[in-house]
Amino acid sequence: MIDRRSTNATTCIAGIGQTPYAKWGSVMDRSELELCCEAIVNACADAGMDVDEIDGFCSFGDDRNQPSLVATTLGVPGFRYANMVWSGGGGGSAAAVLNAVLAVHSGICRSVVVYRAICQGQFERYGQFRPRPLSSFAAPFGLHSPPNMAAMMTRRYMHETGTTKEQLGEVALAFRRHANRNPRALFADRTLDMDEYLAAREIASPFSLYDCCVETDGACAVIVTSPERARDGRQRPVSILAAAQGSGPRFGLGLMGSWNMPAETFATLNSKEVSDQIWSISGLGPKDVDVAQFYDAFTSLIPMALEEYGFCKRGEGGPFVADGHLDWAGGSLPSNTAGGLLSEAYQQGMNLIVEGVRQMRGTSTSQVEDAEVCLVTSGANAPHTSGLLLGRC
Amino acid sequence: MTYLPEELPAPQPGIDDAPYWQGCSRKELLVQRCAACGEFRHPPSPACPHCKSFEREWFASRGEGKVYTFTWVSHAPHPALKGYTPYNVVLVELDDAPGVRIVSNAVNATAANLEIGTPVSIAWEELGNGVVLPRFRVAG
Repeated sequence: MIDRRSTNATTCIAGIGQTPYAKWGSVMDRSELELCCEAIVNACADAGMDVDEIDGFCSFGDDRNQPSLVATTLGVPGFRYANMVWSGGGGGSAAAVLNAVLAVHSGICRSVVVYRAICQGQFERYGQFRPRPLSSFAAPFGLHSPPNMAAMMTRRYMHETGTTKEQLGEVALAFRRHANRNPRALFADRTLDMDEYLAAREIASPFSLYDCCVETDGACAVIVTSPERARDGRQRPVSILAAAQGSGPRFGLGLMGSWNMPAETFATLNSKEVSDQIWSISGLGPKDVDVAQFYDAFTSLIPMALEEYGFCKRGEGGPFVADGHLDWAGGSLPSNTAGGLLSEAYQQGMNLIVEGVRQMRGTSTSQVEDAEVCLVTSGANAPHTSGLLLGRC
Repeated sequence: MTYLPEELPAPQPGIDDAPYWQGCSRKELLVQRCAACGEFRHPPSPACPHCKSFEREWFASRGEGKVYTFTWVSHAPHPALKGYTPYNVVLVELDDAPGVRIVSNAVNATAANLEIGTPVSIAWEELGNGVVLPRFRVAG
């Protein structure tokens, strides 16, 4: 067994905060900025930290809630670092933590909040057309939404690997079972079986309804700080053993408009670079991971992630899922233990990071016994993806 | 009657891709190629990702290729698409421009004749607003 306390992690997550999660469009009487600030205040309270201690702000996914607005709303005395990961949607969630790590590690900041708030009912809808760079090459042809785009990639992935629709269904079912144990999850009270999964209406083939995540109103935040400051807080600190962002060559905007990446990386998450960094920075490997939170905007992303992060060989991700390995109850790699983006909430990956922290504290609703290392991945088939390796202190 | 409604967002040509769309308006499928190293690239961009040259030229493709992947969209992602579902979106890999894949539609495809690898050829569609789009037909 590896002694995680002997690692040289220089940053910790000291606090997590969130608002309640609600279906798309159900928060219309409070602004997205209010939810954003509520999650940050909750994260500070969780950490046992005064909000005025926050001196850095990081977000991603073209967040509308600029640090200047957030800092002014919360009356933070000043800030030294305002940072946004460009483009790539959820591929930026762990990368935003990486940016917080860099700010704390370098001494620029003492305590940085990483946040994401989404109340799209007030603005737009992920599942509908939105103008994007290179839209000219996709929108006139009816290729508009992430489910359309990921469906194209997934068809090719299934063709190349033999992954089946039933194997994708096992992803949806496993994460739904975890959501059924999590009162915060949107699908806490709704069970799902294979018959219902297979009978659901088609969205964009090969995806049907339960292959796609839920659109959610809400907000999440985590506080990144030094191990010393984290130890003075209210919670057991969680070490950041590795944080990484990356892309393979010529991936371009990925599914958002560039479809001309090298053939060998076409039907992938574009996560190989991140995977390589996570293992080399941490000195750990897939066999050291006790629990994982994989970016699951769509079911097919899970077998792909299992393969790219080295848990399985190419083509073995689907059978690995079908064998029950991801289940909290008896699986070798319990994954998305709060229900994931598919069944807990879609906070563009931030809620996966929050759940990863809970696992390392020992406070998940599907706690993996004696879990010491948690992998969190962010984004899929995106211009860049990112990942975190969290450790119990 | 076009395959998809004319109310969908139209191409918005910029400096880098204007020649591509001008080619479409003449029913010519122009693919960008590096004038220094000869590698194709798409969508159009100002520099060659292989040799970094800014010199580029336009190659007139025959517009024949194979379906690299596809989807049938049943849940309309735009108000104008209601009533048009299910429609297909195909990614066509061009035979004469290796590595170039173009997002389009196969206007005569059915669930029975659309597969990965299906041969397709260009089928220009003229929209009422003067825009001409490169769509494809399943061959044969």
